[in-house]
Amino acid sequence: MKIIDKATVKHVALLSRLILNKDELELYSKQLASILSYISKLNEINTKDVPPTSHALATLKNVFRKDLLKPSLNTDDVLKNAPSKEGAFFKCPQVIEGK
Amino acid sequence: MENLYSLTAHELRELIDKKSLEPSRILDEIFKRIELLDDKIKAFVLVNKLNAKAETKIGKLFGIPVLIKDNICVKDENTTCASKILEGFKPPYDATVIKKLKLEGAVLIGKANMDEFAFGSSCETSFYGPTKNPWDLERIPGGSSGGSAAAVAADETILALGSDTGGSIRQPASLCGVVGLKPTYGRVSRYGLIAFASSLDQIGPIAKDVKDAALLLNVIAGHDEMDSTSVDLPVPDYRKSLVKDVKGLRIGVPKEYFVKGIDKDVEEAIKKAINILKDLGAKTIDISLPHTEYALSTYYIVAPAEASSNLARFDGVQYGFRAKDAKDLIDMYVQTRSQGFGNEAKRRILLGTYCLSSGYYDAYYLKAQKVRTKIKEDFDNAFGSLCDCIITPTSPTPAFKIGERIEEPLSMYLSDIYTIPANLAGLPAMSVPCGFSKNNLPIGMQILAKPFAEETIFRTAYTFEQVTDFHKKKPKL
Amino acid sequence: MKYETVIGLEVHLQLATQTKVFCGCSTKFGQRPNSQTCPVCLGFPGSLPVLNEEAFYFSIKVALALNCQIQNLIKFDRKNYYYPDLPKNFQISQYDMPLSYNGVVYIAPQGSGERKRVRVKRVHLEEDAGKLVHPERENYSLVDFNRSGVPLLEIVTEPDIASTEEAYDYLVRLKSILKYLKVSDCDMEKGSLRCDANISVRPIGEEALGTKVELKNMNTFKGVRLALEYETKRQIGLAQEGEKIIQETRLWDSEKQITTSMRSKEEAQDYRYFPEPDLVPFVVDNAVIEKIKNSLPELPEAKANRFISEFGLSEYDAGVLTSQIDIADYFEECVKLYPNPKTVANWVTGDIMAQLNARNITMDELDVLPSSLTEILKMIESGVISGKMAKELLLESIETKSRPEDIVKKKDLFQISDTAKLEKMAKAVLKREKKSVRDYKSGKTNALAFLVGQIMRQTKGKANPAIVNEILKKELEG
Repeated sequence: MKIIDKATVKHVALLSRLILNKDELELYSKQLASILSYISKLNEINTKDVPPTSHALATLKNVFRKDLLKPSLNTDDVLKNAPSKEGAFFKCPQVIEGK
Repeated sequence: MENLYSLTAHELRELIDKKSLEPSRILDEIFKRIELLDDKIKAFVLVNKLNAKAETKIGKLFGIPVLIKDNICVKDENTTCASKILEGFKPPYDATVIKKLKLEGAVLIGKANMDEFAFGSSCETSFYGPTKNPWDLERIPGGSSGGSAAAVAADETILALGSDTGGSIRQPASLCGVVGLKPTYGRVSRYGLIAFASSLDQIGPIAKDVKDAALLLNVIAGHDEMDSTSVDLPVPDYRKSLVKDVKGLRIGVPKEYFVKGIDKDVEEAIKKAINILKDLGAKTIDISLPHTEYALSTYYIVAPAEASSNLARFDGVQYGFRAKDAKDLIDMYVQTRSQGFGNEAKRRILLGTYCLSSGYYDAYYLKAQKVRTKIKEDFDNAFGSLCDCIITPTSPTPAFKIGERIEEPLSMYLSDIYTIPANLAGLPAMSVPCGFSKNNLPIGMQILAKPFAEETIFRTAYTFEQVTDFHKKKPKL
Repeated sequence: MKYETVIGLEVHLQLATQTKVFCGCSTKFGQRPNSQTCPVCLGFPGSLPVLNEEAFYFSIKVALALNCQIQNLIKFDRKNYYYPDLPKNFQISQYDMPLSYNGVVYIAPQGSGERKRVRVKRVHLEEDAGKLVHPERENYSLVDFNRSGVPLLEIVTEPDIASTEEAYDYLVRLKSILKYLKVSDCDMEKGSLRCDANISVRPIGEEALGTKVELKNMNTFKGVRLALEYETKRQIGLAQEGEKIIQETRLWDSEKQITTSMRSKEEAQDYRYFPEPDLVPFVVDNAVIEKIKNSLPELPEAKANRFISEFGLSEYDAGVLTSQIDIADYFEECVKLYPNPKTVANWVTGDIMAQLNARNITMDELDVLPSSLTEILKMIESGVISGKMAKELLLESIETKSRPEDIVKKKDLFQISDTAKLEKMAKAVLKREKKSVRDYKSGKTNALAFLVGQIMRQTKGKANPAIVNEILKKELEG
């Protein structure tokens, strides 16, 4: 495994919607590199043909709910934590269309 | 008579049932105790003195004070995960475990301090500052459920709820000299637990003794249709497992847990504890869990990866903190998150995002998921034919000093080396007090069993507790 | 050099379940902002998704109707990206183990006489996002999460579509199938059916695909057609000029009728898909799949074939009648009441569908009972009314929402077929119009038409023209 460089940390920060100042970038790059180098221990194990586990409970399957209405929150409760709102809407800085 | 605050829940329940105790007296004493001590210990981020009351007069926990870790949603009460980014957040709903507690008459006395978003093993990453270990105020109480464990140890609450993603109930329980149980993944509903790593998180009890842990688990366990990963199995009455009998019990002792890095006092205490159980008729079996040494690496891929996604929602749009004067949308996101999250949260978000990002997914995330399979198989093999439970230390060392490891993430991560495998494999595991170090710091023993075999753990721990008095020792405060 | 277009379509379909895909909030359209939300669809901390069984089985139904293979193991994944309409900043979607792969939809391009296969690459289930509102002349946006969590089925084709017309045909056929399955209202205006396209051009004969452009924001069937036409021309124009086509996303501007490049992204998209740990995997037994397959309704193509063999309809009529389930059902109801399929087909594809088109409404909205039409047809057959009267009667019946029989009675529209009465009138006419009688007898047979017309005028069109004709002939030649 390749050990992480500053450019990558910067890119990952952008993906995470975080901004790092120079010191932070320096610090995190160093720390992440050390963690990743520890983690690279995993390469010692041959995992060819080993199925991945994303759930510890392998037997749990097909968990559904019925298509039955449940009461929604009242709008006051929906909006009471909002940092900014207008009418019954949440309000945020302008979104320029197009994802 | 002893002070009420120093009693256990089952002792208090007995007094209430005999009508020789008015529950409001417990509350009065507890709040006095908090007032007296919490400036020093800082286990609470919120003391709910005004509203604390039982919502029903019947129920298994009627009148019993319970402290809730701050990552569990309580309707209309501050729930912040000890993070600035959730400043002032009042959930419009109760977590399932909170609903259950309220139905059984428990009194929610406040919210417990924790590592920010449960990222840590020392409670030092809390936005509100660290909690102190009641046994030595210079030391950390463990984490992330450090507030819950410290409050139980200091008699500031009778019971507490914690959450455990990589040892966050067991490690602080061990370091504070109390009982902490991480139930089997799926045993307790996660609905309303603010997620750290969804495939590892589990809510569990922190208590003064094994019986109290059983009492609290009885209340919170069970299937919940709001949580797809909660398992639809009947919940036994765990009090029925509180039997002093380990005759014929096969205890697995994995050699991989007694290697370099372990504190001498800890090793000695665990070995003594195992011998005590042996004397009571248990058999010990030397076993091997060969992939143990890969658990930490696996965990530090899986957990941050899931966390990076779970924490994406904290963006200042709907709730919590929003940075002021952002010049546009992206700026609002970036400023809100950069100002709202602490260092450890940022570190884990970066690490997790990296492990999932294009080009690295297979090498990190997928690889970790595969190693997770191997780790789980180790336990399957052990529990399949060799042993009924496994005993290990909970933490390689007793409580360390505040500030000792905070600058070195990796050394901090190593404090969870014994507790992480249970989360990866989804197993139930408990820490019970089993001794003290030379400088009088509590040491905990970890008991693991196969999925949904909490009863085996309770029986083993209860038996041990009956012949020892480590759990009765109180810190001098 | 001659160029050809290569198109792949991506349809997003809101499923008509009562509640959202992961919570119990209503999916009803057009309600007060944020009034149909809960911690789950708001993505509040601590909330967890639980899959709506109906949404899952609706999806399986669609996949099977599109001839897809249902996968043995189905899981959900998180698609991570930041956007204010996405409350968790990830969308629960499906990545590498979706519901199904490898389907096919048959279309019949006009004039070719042959049907064409459009391969369906995959069908997967995901959650819809909320809705953004951008107040004019303001520097902020508003978010409504009512739509957040509505079940959304993504249906993606292979790049098998070779023209704008084929794209249109595919959409029409897809919508037709979906309506047959009754899993969605497929209303593009409400956004319950949305369509994006990948389009590229290449010199005819070339195998390699050209640079593809993603087209979005085509909010109507017509918009899809116009946008694809525009984009085809634009790309061929560029290619012929030797200019490079840029791989990008372009938005259809329905007012200016052009596509415009979306602002280039500040970063390359990296969705960081990984298995959704809050949901468990899903497995559908083969027996269940078989059961669902067998319970699928008769689909348009099969129905058209049956109409041809059972009712002796032309391929064209069968195709038109089965294009929409409500029309096909209407037709069949009528045939039950009036077992003359050919006549019914003529009326349904003719007058009835003309009314639908003129009014731009659906069969349901037209609200005309099958028995109303068949009553009219019976009256024609028994000579009570003429064909011309029938058309007017149908129209009036539609407009006044009354039964044709009642209208006929009320307005005394009965056709005069009384031979004695008509004979009397004929005699009077022959007496009066001597010139025409002479003309007829001298061989100018078209004088007969004039005489018939006189009687029709006298009776205000109610006389049965066939009988009048016969009587006059008899009188003139007798």
